Formats: sequence, C-alpha cells, structure tokens
Amino acid sequence: MSNRTVRIKVKTMTAWRQRIRPEQLRELSLVVLIAAALLIFGWQIENFLSARTFNRIATSVAIVGMVAIGQTLVVLTRNIDLSVGSIVGFTAYFVGSQLAANNAMGAPVAVALAVAVGGLMGLINGLIVAYGRVPAIITTLGTLAIYRMLLINYANARTVTVDSLPSWVVDFSRQTLLSIGDFAVRPLMVVTLATVVVFQFVLGYTVFGRRLYAIGSNPEAARFAGLPAQRLVLIAFTLCGMLAGLAGFLFLARFGTITAVAGQGIELESVAAVVVGGVNTFGGSGTALGALLGAFLIDLLGQGLLRWLGISEFWRDALLGLLILLAVASDAVILGWLRQLWQRGAEVNHGR
Amino acid sequence: MGANLRRLVSWEGFLLGILVLVIIVNTSRAPAYLSLTNQINLFQLSIEKIIVALVMTFVIINGEIDLSVASVMGLAACMIAVLFESGVPLPLAILAALIAGVCCGAFNGLWVAYVGLPSLAVTLAGMIGYRGVARILIEDRSIGGFPAWFTALGQQPLLGPFPLSLILFAVLFALAIIILQFSGIGRIIYVIGNNAAVARYSGIDTPRLKLGVFVASGLIAAMAGVLLAARLGAVRGNTAEGFELDIITMVLLGGVSIFGGVGNLVGVGLAILVILNLRNGMSLLNVTGNVQTGVIGVLLILSVLLPNLVQMARERLQRRTTQRKEVQVETETSASS
Repeated sequence: MSNRTVRIKVKTMTAWRQRIRPEQLRELSLVVLIAAALLIFGWQIENFLSARTFNRIATSVAIVGMVAIGQTLVVLTRNIDLSVGSIVGFTAYFVGSQLAANNAMGAPVAVALAVAVGGLMGLINGLIVAYGRVPAIITTLGTLAIYRMLLINYANARTVTVDSLPSWVVDFSRQTLLSIGDFAVRPLMVVTLATVVVFQFVLGYTVFGRRLYAIGSNPEAARFAGLPAQRLVLIAFTLCGMLAGLAGFLFLARFGTITAVAGQGIELESVAAVVVGGVNTFGGSGTALGALLGAFLIDLLGQGLLRWLGISEFWRDALLGLLILLAVASDAVILGWLRQLWQRGAEVNHGR
Repeated sequence: MGANLRRLVSWEGFLLGILVLVIIVNTSRAPAYLSLTNQINLFQLSIEKIIVALVMTFVIINGEIDLSVASVMGLAACMIAVLFESGVPLPLAILAALIAGVCCGAFNGLWVAYVGLPSLAVTLAGMIGYRGVARILIEDRSIGGFPAWFTALGQQPLLGPFPLSLILFAVLFALAIIILQFSGIGRIIYVIGNNAAVARYSGIDTPRLKLGVFVASGLIAAMAGVLLAARLGAVRGNTAEGFELDIITMVLLGGVSIFGGVGNLVGVGLAILVILNLRNGMSLLNVTGNVQTGVIGVLLILSVLLPNLVQMARERLQRRTTQRKEVQVETETSASS
C-alpha cells in the first residue's frame, strides 16, 4: 500500500473516528454477530426463530447477565471476581430458607436481604483486595471456597423446595408482563435489562464510572491524578457482590429448588460473558451492555450450534472454551490494529 | 537485623514454624501420626496435585498462570480410559494421553507467548475447553476395569514402601530444584518473571522459553492425570475438577508471588507439607472436605494478607519516626537561630 492511499484512508477514518470509539465498534460487531447467528440458525434449523427459543434464552441469560454486569465493574478496574458463583448460591439458599421459614416476608424485604448479603460478601472481597493489597485472583479464589463452605455448613445437606416458598416467588419468574404475539416479556429479563441500562449510564456518564475506566487503563496515572483508587475498587467489588446477590434472588425465583451446589460455575460463565462482550481483562475498556450481549451470544451459539450440528450437550463446554479464546484473540488482534489506525488518525490531525 | 534472624523470620521460617505446630498437634491427637505408613498415605492422597504444583511454580515465577491444569489432568485420564475401552493397548493409550497433554500445553503457550494474549484468559478458555473435550470423549459414563498392573502401579508400593507416584514426585522435585535454582534456564525464568522487557532486550528468546514452560505444564499435568486414573481405578467426566485451586494455593502459600519473579521451590515444598499435614489433621478431627477447602482458602488469603499488613504497619511506623525526627531537627534549628 502506498503512502498516499494510507493518507487517504486515514483521512476518511478521522471523520468518523470522532464519533465512534473502538469499544462502541465492539458492541456493534457483537450485534452483527448475533444477527448473523440468528439468520443462519433461522435458515438452517426448523422452528428456531420461535418465541420458545427466545423465551428460553432470555430467561437463562437474565441470571448470568446480571452477574456479568457486576463482573464488568470489577474487570474494568483490572481485577477479577471468581467468588460470584458462591455468592449467587449463598444468597439464593439463604433468602430461600428465610422465605420458607417466614412465608409472610414481602418481596421488597426479600430482595433487599439478597442484595445486602451479596453486598456484604463483595465488601469483604473489596476490603481484602483494595486495602489489604492482596491480588484479586488470590482473594476471590479463596473466598470462592470460603463462601461455598459457609453455604454447605449453613445448608447442612437440606434443600429449599418450591412448596416451602411463598407462591409469589415462583410466580415472579413465570409471569408474563407483556406479550407480543408469543414473545413473552418476563420479569427476570426486565430486571436485568433495567440494571444494564442503569450501569450503562453510570459507566458512561458519571464521574464514578469514568474514574473506574481511569484506574483500570492506567493505575499509576490515576493515582497521580489524585483518584481514590482504593475506595473505587472497594465500591466496584461491593457493587459486584450486590448484583450477584440480586442474581441469587433471580436464581431462587427461576428454580425454586435450591441445594448447596447452587450457582456453581457461574463465575466462569460470567467471566466468559465479559470477555466475549469485549471487556478487556487488562482493565480500562468495556461496557455493561457489551457484557450482556456477550452472555446472549454465548447462550445463542450454545443452543443453536447444538441443534444445528445435531451434536450432544457434551460439546457445550468445548465450544464455549473455543469461543472465549476466539473472543480474546480477536479483541487483542483486531482492536490493537484499530487503535493503531485511530492513533495514526490522531497524529495526522495533530500534524495539520 | 542480623542475617540469621532475618532468615528465621523469612517466609520459609514462618512455614516451618506452622508445619512443626501442625505436626505436634496432630501427633498429640494420634500417636501413629508420624509413622511411615501414615506419612506415605498422606502424600499418596494428594500426590497428583503436588506433582502439578511443582511445574505450576515454574509457570507462576515466569509471570504467567495456568488455570487449565486440572482440565488437562481430567482430559488425560479420560483419554486413556476411552482408548483402553475401545481396545487400544494401555501403554499406547498412556502415550496418547501424554501427547494430548503436550498439545494442550503447546496450544496455551502459543497464544500466550507468540500472540501475546493474557495467560489468565487463555488458560481460562483452556480450563473450560479441555474439560469440554474430556466430556465429549467420556460423556456421562464412568470407565474402570483397568488391568491389574495399572491399578497396582497407582495403589501398591513399588520400591520398598514407596509407590511409583511418590518416587516420581521425589525425582521431579530434585530435577525441578536443579533446573529452577541452579541452572541458567532457571535464572532466565526468574528474569522473565521479574521484567519481561529487560529479558527481551538482553537477547533472551522469551517466547520460546514461555512456550517451553507451558508445554512442560501440560505434559506434567497429563502425567498426573494418568497417575490419578491408576490410583482411582475409574474415570469420570469430572475427574480432577477443581484441583487448580489447591495447586495454585500450594504454590502461592509457598511464597511465590502471583506477579512473577519471586519465590523458590523450598518454600513450595514446605507449603505442600503444611497443607498435606493440615488436611490430614483436620480429617483426624472429622472435619469434612468442604470445610477443609474453606480453611485452605483462608490460609491462601492470609498468606498474602499478613505480610502486607506487617509491611504496611512497618511503613507507618517508619513514617512516624521520620516525622518526629524532622520535628526535632526543626526545633533544634529554630533554637540555634
């Protein structure tokens, strides 16, 4: 490519460079990927584009998506929370057993309890990471085991059953708020969507949100700029715990029957959603919407590929692993290349 | 502080103190605790994990992490089981499992070393993906019925009272100490972990060495998977699931920094002894497996938190004394003027 063509290309890029950031391009590419997957599956699989498929995916994405939003906040600050699966399990069981013991407890109290318990566990993670200066992966690998141990001891081999819960809990997940044709809008999905909207706004337009990006993309510069990095990390972990607690309540509402192994593996699913959703594991870039789209894409590909290729459920994990790798690789290679173009554009602008 | 005193309060000294304490408590509760058979048994129960912990030490000192080891162990175990079931001779199946381990390690290593992806993300994908391949192979079955010589190799003593896996561990431990602490390669591994940029500028082929470390990690994990299959006598899709927590805990408790470049195998060896004896002691007290894992989790966090707190307290103390000195100097100068 001659120097001249590069110059021209760069010039055309500078026009829309100012309007679109690489992260937004990432979200756009996710939407395109999802649309392509829907088209291919709809064309190849009979009855794939039905309300049933949509409802099934929406319900299962609601819980992982909620956890993934919290995970995004933590990953943005260059940390990771591997204890979220245990937090989801603990809050689901704890709130479930409280509701079983006291059927008169209302919905607001139950939700508040779930969020508070989750928030407390997140706060502990955050204190150890931010003020104890223990790397997040060590801290949350430890609390993953500790919170699960608390749950197993608390549960003592008993199970929360659907019959013991007040009827509104189970109704909550089955209710249809609004139906367009056969497409049902369920409360679980609405709660998660509302949370995404809130955090998309918080991350993009509030001081707190922008500071999270700042300490993630360059911790040293953020410190020199006087940002309270420790407090911000603490808040990110606490919010992550609160959202995991809320997800625990959704888990209880969806399944009704809770054992001591509830929520196991959600930590990996949430990290997968975040990574596929374009949140950089080195911190500093990514959005809540991206994480939700990532969770949606994973679930869609899982369901679609299994039915399309006629392969068994056992292929799921192998495909998920491959998908995560592809996402990370494309993130590093393509975005790295794009950022270079962006930077070159900026230099050309600067030179004029 | 004298050099001897400093050595005593070092991390290894701390681990040694805990180890002695645990052994004293355990021996007072069960007199047969220190007998050779119990000690061999105690090693035997987690031998596969401690073998992998040796190579994990290399990975972490090199500044990376390998979350996929437990899945590689499971994959290797499933491979020999499935191949054996379909009529392949067992030695050939073992060879295939080891090759699979090398492939997994090389796959991780290529992405990390040559593409430059973070090892945390790559091996997380590997952890899910390799386990997925194992599930495709074995589905929801449980395969056993291995020939007697194979299970005997995993369960019976081979040389005197020592079983094969323990002998292998001893040989590997010696080998690992020679390579990591006394050879040029070992020094280079530390340099890369400390500062990869400096290593690259001084002409070290960083990517090749990183690839080598990941391949070794895959190979050793596969070998541990074979040993696990031999000891258990039956293999399922979730064999070795969750082992990475214990393995990484052993290494980090041994004083190896998660950021690379710091730590040694003596510390890891002591940490292994502490964890094995602690778990065995808790079993003697009828503490269940989950609580044991929880206690190990607490230990993992404390192993990093406590030194940090001590250092922070020391820094604060130092700051206060320097401040006081400054005040003194100021008052002196103002008095003289």
